[in-house]
Amino acid sequence: MELSAILLQVLNGLDKGSAYALIALGLTLIFGTLGVVNFAHGALFMIGAFCSVTLQRLLSISTVTLDETKTDFLGNPAKITTPYVETWFGPEVGSAIIDWSVPLAILFAIPIMLFIGFAMERGLIKHFYKRPHADQILVTFGLAIVLQEVIKYFFGANQIPAPAPDAFIGSFDFGELIGMGAGTLMYPYWRIVYFLFALIIIAAVFCFLQFTTFGMVVRAGMADRETVGLLGINIDKRFTIMFGIAAAVAGLAGVMYTPINPPNYTIGMDFLVISFVVVVVGGMGSLGGAVLAGFILGILESFASMRQVIELIPGINQVVIYLAAIVILLARPRGLLGRKGVMES
Amino acid sequence: MFGLSRGDAVLWLFVLLLVLAAPILLNPFPESSALAQFNAGYPDLMQRFLIFGIFAVGFNILFGLTGYLSFGHAAFLGAGSYAGVWMLKLLTINVLPAIIISTLVAGLFSLLIGYISLRRSGIYFSILTLAFAQMSFALAASVLTPITGGETGLQTALNDPRIFDAANTTGNIPAPSLFGMTMGDSHQVAVGDWLWTFNVGYYLCAFVMMIAFYIAIRIFRSPFGMMLKAIKSNNERLSYTGINPRPYTLAAFVISGMYAGLAGGLMVAMDPLAGAERMQWTASGEVVLMTILGGVGTLIGPVFGAGLIKYFENIFSKINESLLQTWFSFLPDGVSDFVVTVIYPFVGKGWHLTLGLVFMLVVIFLPGGLVGGINGLYKRIFNKSNQAN
Amino acid sequence: MSIEKNLDKLQLSRRTVLKAGAAGMAAGAAPMIIPSTAHAHMNEPTGSSVTLGFNVPQSGPYADEGADELRAYELAVEHLNGGGDGGMMGTFSSKALQGDGILGRKVEYVTGDTQTKPDAARASARSMIEKDGAVMITGGSSSGVAVAVQALCQEAGIIFMAGLTHSNDTTGKDKKANGFRHFFNSYMSGAALAPILAANYGTDRTAYHLTADYNWGYTTEEAVRTSTEAIGWKTAAAVKTPLSQTDFSSYIAPVQASGADVLVLNHYGANMVNSLTSAVQFGLRNAQANGKNFEIVVPLYSRLMAKGAGENVKGIFGSTNWHWSLSDEGSKAFVKSFGTKYGFPPSQAAHTCYVQTLLYADACQRAGSHNPCAVAEALEGFEFDGLGNGPTLYRAEDHQCFKDVLVVKGKENPDNEFDLLEIVEVTPAAQVTYDASIFGGDLGTCNAG
Repeated sequence: MELSAILLQVLNGLDKGSAYALIALGLTLIFGTLGVVNFAHGALFMIGAFCSVTLQRLLSISTVTLDETKTDFLGNPAKITTPYVETWFGPEVGSAIIDWSVPLAILFAIPIMLFIGFAMERGLIKHFYKRPHADQILVTFGLAIVLQEVIKYFFGANQIPAPAPDAFIGSFDFGELIGMGAGTLMYPYWRIVYFLFALIIIAAVFCFLQFTTFGMVVRAGMADRETVGLLGINIDKRFTIMFGIAAAVAGLAGVMYTPINPPNYTIGMDFLVISFVVVVVGGMGSLGGAVLAGFILGILESFASMRQVIELIPGINQVVIYLAAIVILLARPRGLLGRKGVMES
Repeated sequence: MFGLSRGDAVLWLFVLLLVLAAPILLNPFPESSALAQFNAGYPDLMQRFLIFGIFAVGFNILFGLTGYLSFGHAAFLGAGSYAGVWMLKLLTINVLPAIIISTLVAGLFSLLIGYISLRRSGIYFSILTLAFAQMSFALAASVLTPITGGETGLQTALNDPRIFDAANTTGNIPAPSLFGMTMGDSHQVAVGDWLWTFNVGYYLCAFVMMIAFYIAIRIFRSPFGMMLKAIKSNNERLSYTGINPRPYTLAAFVISGMYAGLAGGLMVAMDPLAGAERMQWTASGEVVLMTILGGVGTLIGPVFGAGLIKYFENIFSKINESLLQTWFSFLPDGVSDFVVTVIYPFVGKGWHLTLGLVFMLVVIFLPGGLVGGINGLYKRIFNKSNQAN
Repeated sequence: MSIEKNLDKLQLSRRTVLKAGAAGMAAGAAPMIIPSTAHAHMNEPTGSSVTLGFNVPQSGPYADEGADELRAYELAVEHLNGGGDGGMMGTFSSKALQGDGILGRKVEYVTGDTQTKPDAARASARSMIEKDGAVMITGGSSSGVAVAVQALCQEAGIIFMAGLTHSNDTTGKDKKANGFRHFFNSYMSGAALAPILAANYGTDRTAYHLTADYNWGYTTEEAVRTSTEAIGWKTAAAVKTPLSQTDFSSYIAPVQASGADVLVLNHYGANMVNSLTSAVQFGLRNAQANGKNFEIVVPLYSRLMAKGAGENVKGIFGSTNWHWSLSDEGSKAFVKSFGTKYGFPPSQAAHTCYVQTLLYADACQRAGSHNPCAVAEALEGFEFDGLGNGPTLYRAEDHQCFKDVLVVKGKENPDNEFDLLEIVEVTPAAQVTYDASIFGGDLGTCNAG
């Protein structure tokens, strides 16, 4: 097997892993630290993805004029649509704005996701901190279904393309960069962007928790909520903010994911199971573990999908993530970097 | 009665009465009324109520008593189903061997998975069971296609061996039966504007369900059940007393796996097809939801939880727009259009939305699920009136 | 009869058996046991209406396709009952349908959600048969569901008119006497595509297959492989991808270095949208290999998928059962009546479902009965025209329709949002016809319940 083929799968693994890590990061903030089993986390990812779609739709709101020279499928005069942004900013700037709708959706999604996170925590999750995990599962699963169905009601069930800006079409030549020869190791720009974006977000969350007073209090609250409360610190408010941040991380992961796969309303559920596996394999209560597990499982999945591997072990690409999870959990009782006593009983 | 306390015997008899009379109770609306759409007294759905009831009652023996949350129980239902269809194909179209073998195969399968998964507890246990079930699903749907029929599912066929049966001459695949009684046979009785369907398969399910329920009660009340509850309330302290809890949890795991297999066997006895998606995590999640919705650790709760979910899936999904329009056609035009527009997102293709809302409302207003919550409410009201006295 | 009147007013389909029993009820209120042998066949309609069961995906990723199927069914029912502009009833070569329902009975319908799961689909179909007295079940958007529901209908003694199902199995190894399919299949896709691929891309090509790891994927890969290898193509590799896969990057990335110059995506639905998006992202559409342009082929196309994949479909070949831009009289009539009612052109799924409903109604009319055995006899070997696919035969041996197959290509410069595919070739039926015995299976005998 050639080195370039292996390196290519490493890149694929890092790319898949960054999606897993981002979703798991948000989930573990809520799940591993606030102790809430949040089955609605996938739905938050999905809503993020639909922030892209919504912004694209908003920017494409158009004036409609009839063109008598053309006909539509029924033989009536065809409708010609001109987006308002093109009327306002001129056709070139206008179409560039629409073209950049996915990156722009980051700005659009942050306040929306924070708001959804705050509202969810204040309105619902807050009342479930002391309830059994069973109740948390039921209420968040119910919420996930409701959020999905709302999106389905407005956007339908079909996938909706939300492509990356034209500037990101094409591939970066790693082969040339590392001296393996031009064209031997090409990787699409947008996927590299996604990887870098994930690294930035992960770093930002870590720094926030590690180096700010706020983060310190939250970490203390995770370890021993009661004592922190007795010290007169309002831990509730901080937990609300943490929930908002977790929602925003999930949402941004979704926004940036849309050019990779066109989203539909079930995209969150597709990621839900895998993100739970990633969090638990990483170890409960460990942010670093979740990120590490995300990348490890991403890379394993990529290697398992190589033709040569499948020929060796048929069906391995179907089960590799679960197999890896079982092996890791049997070898390490609390996953990769788990803390003792979190969600063990 | 039969070793049950008075209270338990009353509960068992109450359930027996409900199950026997279900074809009548579930068809409360006259056939010609618009509300007949909400009748659930037809064989397929009634069978499903009981089969998923068995599944959930068994799941509750593990989750409700020991607190171990398995997220892979659908794998045992699936394994039981496949074993059942294979028995119908290889041995005989008589459902008895299929149901027995299903239960045993699921028991063995759960012994294997339980033995490994129970090395961990809490969320780590849940994810192990989930991983095993997802692997079973993925393999059944793809590389195991020769054994499982893949995504299309495993079915009976005309040229199956059926070594105990006489050669088939009709040109049609024989329907599953129990010593000559075909599962699909029904007697219909019309009284006034009501129509009741008494189905052979349903009463076989009812018979099995009542036995399964009886065993569950006995397990809940036995010293073994007490031990399981002790594991739930304080695993660590139990270990200090020198008792190793593992064999007990494993036994509970295998028993609940066998309940799942029994449900799978009954499912194929009623309808001889086993599909891979029966093993998917969504199916495992469904039985978790059924149990929580009905009431974790209550005897009858899971059955109601199962019934509620299956009711929404089968009844609400069939209400379409034109049906709504005929229902509300008595209203003035504008008003009826408005009412239909408001209701339509919640029924038909929107039935999931209503189900999601029901989940949330139940857990918010009835902590402890349907049975737990209603018990709680009852007690609160009762205590208040006591205090008033 | 007050009940009878009530029923008509409410336009509700209730169990027909009760309508028959209503007379007895008026005389005395004693319970009446209705023996199951009282009818000539399962759910025999005895009142003034007949109930059809439309079983389509309403939740899950195929819900939009299911919604389009349902629109087509509602339109077909309207036309059968004499409403609307009659659609393809006017162009249909058989003139047995009068616009007064089926055999004089008003057509009513019930709907259900298959969830694209065999279990749920069968539960839904059983409720239609047991609760609503449906005499025919139709619909669905996957072969797994079609095969499962077809077997159920065979067992129950009901006619099954398949919706969108493309696997060879439906009328191959899993065929049933009570089941009928109008849609084309994997074999026909392969047979129709191969000559076009040879003409456009040459005969010296090496293909790399990505195949969805389930029954439909297997039959499609096999069909396309066989037919392209017959024109001289080589197959570099065939890799199976999990049905639940969402990101295909790790499958797509190695393709370019594999020595292949064509990528065949044996994927449908979300699989196809995602794998094609990845393939284009990795630059395969503009790549060069073996001194030729790299090409991508999608054996089974649908407009809804093309819409999901957006710009990525441009210039990519595939096959389809029917397309709204066809200019024969039947297609034009159908597009007009569907488009006028709903505001957009119908999908191929909608077309096949509409046609199946009409064919069923026509067969009942010609047979003079709803009895599945009589209906099956009327459909077997039936030749017709005017339903959008040219002259068509419902072959008796396997209950599969044989008609022209469309080879299409993603359009480079669409005129409107529906104009995503252009027809490259209409492959004549003779070219895609095969021997009925090659896929094995056994129809059995018809079952009337």
